[in-house]
Amino acid sequence: MSEFLWVVYPYLCLMLLLVGMLTRYNYDQIGWTSKSSELLEKRLLRLGSLLFHWGIIFVFLGHVAGLLIPIGVYEALGVSEHLYHLTAMAMGGITGLMALAGLLVLLWRRLSVRRVLRNTAPADFVALGFLIATVALGLSMTLIYNVSHLPYEYRTTVGPWIRGVLLLHPDAALMAHVPLILQLHILTALALFAVSPFTRLVHIFSLPLAYLRRAPMQYRRRGAAAAYVEDRRDGGR
Amino acid sequence: MRVKAQVAMVMNLDKCIGCHTCSVTCKNTWTNRSGAEYMWFNNVETKPGIGYPKRWEDQEHYRGGWQLRGGKLQLRAGGPIEKLVQIFHNPDLPEIDDYYEPWTYDYENLIASPERRYQPVARPRSQLTGEPMDEPRWGPNWEDDLAGAPEHAKKDPDLKGLEAHVAFEYEQAFMFYLPRICEHCLNPACVAACPSGAMYKREEDGIVLVDQEACRGWRFCVSACPYKKVYFNWQTHKAEKCTFCYPRIEAGLPTVCSETCVGRIRYLGVVLYDADRVKEAASVPDEKDLLRSQLSVFLDPSDPAVIAAAREAGITDAWIEAAQRSPVYKMAVQWGIALPLHPEYRTLPMVWYVPPLSPIMSHLEETRPATTADEILPAIDAMRIPMEYLANLLAAGDVDVIRGVLRRLATMRAFLRGKTLGLPRDESLLAAAGLTEEQVEDMVRLLGIAKYDERFVIPTGRREGEEDLQALQGGCSLDDVLPPAGAFAQGVRPIELRAAPKGEPR
Repeated sequence: MSEFLWVVYPYLCLMLLLVGMLTRYNYDQIGWTSKSSELLEKRLLRLGSLLFHWGIIFVFLGHVAGLLIPIGVYEALGVSEHLYHLTAMAMGGITGLMALAGLLVLLWRRLSVRRVLRNTAPADFVALGFLIATVALGLSMTLIYNVSHLPYEYRTTVGPWIRGVLLLHPDAALMAHVPLILQLHILTALALFAVSPFTRLVHIFSLPLAYLRRAPMQYRRRGAAAAYVEDRRDGGR
Repeated sequence: MRVKAQVAMVMNLDKCIGCHTCSVTCKNTWTNRSGAEYMWFNNVETKPGIGYPKRWEDQEHYRGGWQLRGGKLQLRAGGPIEKLVQIFHNPDLPEIDDYYEPWTYDYENLIASPERRYQPVARPRSQLTGEPMDEPRWGPNWEDDLAGAPEHAKKDPDLKGLEAHVAFEYEQAFMFYLPRICEHCLNPACVAACPSGAMYKREEDGIVLVDQEACRGWRFCVSACPYKKVYFNWQTHKAEKCTFCYPRIEAGLPTVCSETCVGRIRYLGVVLYDADRVKEAASVPDEKDLLRSQLSVFLDPSDPAVIAAAREAGITDAWIEAAQRSPVYKMAVQWGIALPLHPEYRTLPMVWYVPPLSPIMSHLEETRPATTADEILPAIDAMRIPMEYLANLLAAGDVDVIRGVLRRLATMRAFLRGKTLGLPRDESLLAAAGLTEEQVEDMVRLLGIAKYDERFVIPTGRREGEEDLQALQGGCSLDDVLPPAGAFAQGVRPIELRAAPKGEPR
């Protein structure tokens, strides 16, 4: 069971993410959008969307800092365990609360504003549901478990495990004694990755950073566009 | 000099009767789909009025178009960094109610209703929620013929500075129609504001389009367009806009709105312009110089140097010849009777307008028509439509520009009237307006009696540079890899069966 949960299941989810994204990118450009409903409702969106997006961006950066950077780096830099966990709990708590509050506002908006509700696809609820579950579990780990118990040192268990998964050396044994809440958080997060190619979440991969450097005016020539399509069909010759 | 060509439009507001045929035919062609019900690529507004979406001209509110900040041309709503920071919520985006809640009627009820004491009615039903609506509250022509004007037309941003003089009592009211489509600008703010690079201007005919596959629904084009002519489809979640009927233009046909215009107010023609000078022209410090600077970007299609540069840029002789016969070039450049809509937005728009004249002159003409140079200027200044209003709409507030245009139009009428009635000829009349007799004759013909192929001078799309379609039609996907007869034939008769080089008949 442990092998399935911490070796097979993660790769299943990540493969769904990878293959799903690539397939959709290749076959569904026309449906690849942020699915904004701002035109239909602006006021609640402003509160919910801003709280959620900025919250989740910093939550993501926090996960990079906590999971991908080995504990040795912090020790070498002289960051004590106490200082690390205090910072992680404060930052993670604040930004996690922002994200969760934003998600709840967005859910309330989607349910209560008729125009938005009537134009909601099941996939929108799927994305919202998995996001809420994942963020709520992660937040309860940070704010409830860590406060009521001792701060959990995931940098020696979950951290190495996740780096192992990414480097194709997964070790399920590392996850054996991880608290249940954290285990559930990881499993729902993986499920979120798995469903994301089939939802509006694809827009994460369209963050338009190229906009910062491109020329403001864009010209296209008809013939050139046709030639471009031709090139792709010929396998990019 | 980097010569590019554009198919541009002029609308003669003097002749618009506000029949909305352009809007209806455009809608039936392009936006008769779910998610697009509220979109009118072409709509006709009654001015003065706040329009569709409400107060679209108020750039303090929507922050559309460009502005000079520290001498540098910038999007009014900010550059790429500000855009990325606001990507999760665009504060400048209009809401659907700023346009209107699209609706249909319960037509079914008229047929299916059982016999009742009262006639069955078709109730309005929202196309956003499917629920009945008590009363539609706004639409693309809600203020038709000044409907409701005493209540809200005073909020028209073009009335700025002359609120005190304008009354909406029946006797003093003035109005005219303003048909609006995408301006297909030389310096389009929507293109510059698109984070995905999905919007572009076509090099060969200047048409501004949205690449539906590249659009990610970030919505900045909608708020960046100061004319509010890029729309967000709330069902496909992508931006859509007037296409200038490019499939028709490519075939040498006018846009649907032009084709079906009952008053024949629309003109289409090629304008050659220098793409290298666009930014500079949009950056002149004084808003009132924008008309002149935009005109300076247009190139004289009869100038040998321009013709040579155009040919070098791949523009065919058919297009150069069309540019020489262009009704748009004549009206905008040679006669100076057409003006861009809100040049102060600095987008260098390419749908221009001949300001309306007739409702103004008529009440003076009742007594005796103005036929001499001395009489025309006072007549123009006493017009019913305040010149300041037209100046706010078409000349960045420069009344002298409007006076000059109206003067040329009035002079044309006076000259022709004098000629037709055999009145004594006032030699100073034409000279005072800076026109020659030949020009006036041409103006009369183009504005009054020009036929289809004079109003619409559109060369067909260029296909010379594209693939050999005829060869592709009969071609095999392996042609470039193997000879048509297959791999084994190659060894037997290699010379005869070698694939023909591209361009040769097969």
